[in-house]
Amino acid sequence: MPRVTYVSHDGNSTTLDVPLGTSVMQAAVLQGLDGIVAECGGSCMCATCHVFVREDQLSRLPEMELGEDAMLDGTASPRRPNSRLSCQLVMTPAMDGLVVDMPETQT
Amino acid sequence: MPSAGVVIVGAGHGGFQLAASLRQNGFDGGITLIGDEPHLPYQRPPLSKDYLDGKIGLDLLLMRPAAFFDEHRIELAMGVSVGALDRAARAVVLSDGKRLPYDHLVLATGARNRVPPLPGVELDGVVYLRNLAETEALKERLVAAEHAVVIGAGFIGLEFAAIARAKGKHVHVVELTERVMGRVVCPQSSAYFAAAHRQTGVEFSFGVRVERLAGEGGKVNHVVLDDGRSLPADLVLISIGVVPNEGLAAASGLAVDNGVVVNEELLTADNNISAIGDCASFPSRHSQRNPVRLEAVQNAADHARCVANRLVGKPHAYEALPWFWSEQGALRLQIAGLTTGFQDVVLRGNYEGGEYSAFCYAGDRLLGIESINKPADHAFARRLLAAGRGVTPQQAADESFDLRAAAMARG
Repeated sequence: MPRVTYVSHDGNSTTLDVPLGTSVMQAAVLQGLDGIVAECGGSCMCATCHVFVREDQLSRLPEMELGEDAMLDGTASPRRPNSRLSCQLVMTPAMDGLVVDMPETQT
Repeated sequence: MPSAGVVIVGAGHGGFQLAASLRQNGFDGGITLIGDEPHLPYQRPPLSKDYLDGKIGLDLLLMRPAAFFDEHRIELAMGVSVGALDRAARAVVLSDGKRLPYDHLVLATGARNRVPPLPGVELDGVVYLRNLAETEALKERLVAAEHAVVIGAGFIGLEFAAIARAKGKHVHVVELTERVMGRVVCPQSSAYFAAAHRQTGVEFSFGVRVERLAGEGGKVNHVVLDDGRSLPADLVLISIGVVPNEGLAAASGLAVDNGVVVNEELLTADNNISAIGDCASFPSRHSQRNPVRLEAVQNAADHARCVANRLVGKPHAYEALPWFWSEQGALRLQIAGLTTGFQDVVLRGNYEGGEYSAFCYAGDRLLGIESINKPADHAFARRLLAAGRGVTPQQAADESFDLRAAAMARG
């Protein structure tokens, strides 16, 4: 099963199995990981599942849609060029080995 | 810091978040989360959206897996209700008579469906959509239903209407007032949403009262209106709002007034009792400190964070900006701020094309912004309003005004 590594703001990393078709957000929440809030439950409405993706992995992700791009301007921790909303990162085989850094705060 | 622990009554968004935030803040005392439903704490917004639509299952509805509560030493008392508060002894009395002592008690009791005093309301086929059990029942009935009548054109009623219509059901929405979502959006947005739903085939009747629900053999088959019409119905959703669960507080002598009355820090007159979320009436920074009671996930979760901070010795006034959302078919509505009492509305964007924002003003003061299929505006709206920065009506109306720059400006 593909795996994703989540790195918290203080540097702790956790690697989780993420089934294909499950979002990077859902996997984190379902396994009780702190650091991803996902207040709206994955509707791209709240911008509290913000992650930073490693630059060299950006091209392996699904393309960003307008709604996600827009909501990223409302994140609590400032947006960076490698910012994504993890609710929109639905797992594909190409994403195996993804590493995401979690921001200092989501709210 | 309390030593015997925090007891939280209500395991919805607010109650869950409080427990989680306490641990995140390093709180080391006992935490007990009491909920009157049998399930692990779950998310409510998807009930009337993806869950009802069958797009997600129960696993994705849960706030956290069972192991999370063990790992974080959060004692769960699910399927348990609280019968009374014994404030003098600092204990809650459970419905089975057991007593549970607390150092601090948090009422996160939420709200319950408003049930209209209508003849026939007890008939089979008359349903509500607030909790998981109700949603399961509705989901099952929806399969065979042909004619759904929705009483009340708020978020829940319209979200349901969109899903039922997309499944090919006849859907008729009956609304007492003259427009949809009249409590939360401006008339222009009401008009836009009603037209959009009509285009998909949803029927509306405005300004009419339901006289009774008629049935045969105990099963509903018609909704009788006061203008003499009788609408065929094998499914009737009652979605006319909720009332706060304030009974425990009231019975124990705490002030209630459309919710449990709390101060800026969400504390009741009893220093050992707080109230958060849908059940709490609080003076919001975004309502000139007039008391408001909000029914929203954001409100519940941010209330919880505020109280969790106080309980670890970092008290502060609750300041968070209220925001709300609804998804109705292809329509995405996002609201930032509290628009109650607006006098003027400035539309920005493409109203006819359904990608616009409505800036709501009292005089020159920006109260809130409704964004329809315009998430960028919503993100900017949240920044602007949270920072207490305004946009003048002239700026809002000027399409060349750079909203993004205004929102992203620091300071």
